Amino acid sequence: MGMQRISVNVNGADVEARVEPRLLLSDFIRHDAGLTGTHVGCEHGVCGACTVEVDGAPARSCLMFAVQVEGAVIRTVEGLTASAGPEGWSVLQQSLHEHHGLQCGFCTPGILMSLQPLLTAEEDPDETQIREALAGNLCRCTGYENIVNAVMAALAQVRSSRAA
Amino acid sequence: MKPASFDYLRVHSVEEALTALHDGPEDSKIIAGGQSLVPLLNFRLAEPALLIDINDLHELSFVRRVGGALRIGALTRHSTLEKSAVVRDGWPLLQEAVRFVAHPQIRSRGTIGGSVAHADSAAELPVALAALDAEFVTRSVSGSRRIPWRDFFLGPMTTALEPGELLVEVRVPLLRKSHGHAFVEHTRRNGDFALAGAGVVLDLNSDRRCSRISVALLGAAPTPVRATDAEDCLLGAVITEERAARAAKMAAEAGSPSGDLHGSVAYHRSLLEVVVRRAILAANLRVQEP
Ligand SMILES: Cc1cc2nc3c(=O)[nH]c(=O)nc-3n(C[C@H](O)[C@H](O)[C@H](O)COP(=O)(O)OP(=O)(O)OC[C@H]3O[C@@H](n4cnc5c(N)ncnc54)[C@H](O)[C@@H]3O)c2cc1C
Ligand code: FES
Ligand code: FES
Repeated sequence: MGMQRISVNVNGADVEARVEPRLLLSDFIRHDAGLTGTHVGCEHGVCGACTVEVDGAPARSCLMFAVQVEGAVIRTVEGLTASAGPEGWSVLQQSLHEHHGLQCGFCTPGILMSLQPLLTAEEDPDETQIREALAGNLCRCTGYENIVNAVMAALAQVRSSRAA
Repeated sequence: MKPASFDYLRVHSVEEALTALHDGPEDSKIIAGGQSLVPLLNFRLAEPALLIDINDLHELSFVRRVGGALRIGALTRHSTLEKSAVVRDGWPLLQEAVRFVAHPQIRSRGTIGGSVAHADSAAELPVALAALDAEFVTRSVSGSRRIPWRDFFLGPMTTALEPGELLVEVRVPLLRKSHGHAFVEHTRRNGDFALAGAGVVLDLNSDRRCSRISVALLGAAPTPVRATDAEDCLLGAVITEERAARAAKMAAEAGSPSGDLHGSVAYHRSLLEVVVRRAILAANLRVQEP
């Protein structure tokens, strides 16, 4: 099938490529853009490992085609370090580390990209809302308790720095 | 898995979409949010020759009140519906239902037109729209049609949409400001497709007797259906716990749920009874002073 030329901004850098229409955005990110932080678990929208931000909103990159993001702005887990703290990690990354919110880490990029909007939300999400936001991401090893604890600690930190 | 090869066309106007549907290969497919279609492509359960991408048709992305009724463009994302003040103020049932659809990362892409056209028998929006007596507006190169929901959903993943037809708009009639509503469902995990669900909209007279009611069911049939026996049982009555329980039993008995790997027919039927009862009682409580 005819290749199509796309130009897309990924983590602040413009990426140009010629792609087959059937190339999934997840594969484009991993193989063409060379950003292997975005993981691929199920390729049918269920596990959440492939979640990235498309024009500011979290979306499943396995349920989009690269041709569809022509002209769009994508942020992947690698882009989070732009807001990095002293360790070179974002607030949520640091908090997951401190609260043992990951083991193998396969699900972690998707969780980071899914929950990032909670940290900048205007209203303060409570634990139930955190759990709801997390429901679209499957983790096979950590169990969700430590992940929820990490998110709550990150939120508390963001709130106190906002108040200061 | 990876999808089979296809051609891809990104259209920039409804006319261009209609022409592409008309002139394109027979097995062309519209792609809206892609949240139902792309899994099918990845599994190779669908192998269309051409994908017509309508995501640039901003003219199909709107939520507005026209002469008291609600009009929603087919490309309106679930996440837009979820936050819409127009929907919250006039048709809160729709907002309650859309929050049950999948997860935020899926609601950011999925559209109301896609949900309706895909017609999954466990989808929430078609059921809510059945409770609200919605109709669907379609366009093709040969004209436009308005199809009431009853004539639209024909079977699981089967609708009255003809080849070459694009769903452009969902229309919902005006409700009384004081109406009560509730969408109640049972899922195994948050965000899953529901095993049973019910959408209820009702009005009460000044003596708190029910003057209008619709009870739409999810999981009672391959398409959204209305529980007419239950509606008749409630019309003209004061909605007590006993009356709601009786109506719910009628709805569950009239329904023909199918068993699946999550439970038997009897289990699905008993879930149906529970969600219908809860939805009726919740809607009744939410009626503002008539
Ligand atoms: C993990 C997961 C969980 C989900 N859980 C739920 C759930 O709990 N409840 C629920 O209701 N849904 C659920 N969904 C589906 C989701 O709601 C989809 O957004 C929706 O069903 C389809 O909308 P879409 O815009 O993505 O359509 P697409 O996937 O783009 O299209 C679906 C079908 O509709 C056709 N189509 C789309 N738009 C039009 C149009 N304007 N005119 C004519 N034909 C059109 C397409 O050709 C295709 O056949 C889930 C999806 C996933 C991946
Ligand atoms: S790989 Fe995309 S949701 Fe699982
Ligand atoms: S840390 Fe291993 S899957 Fe979540």
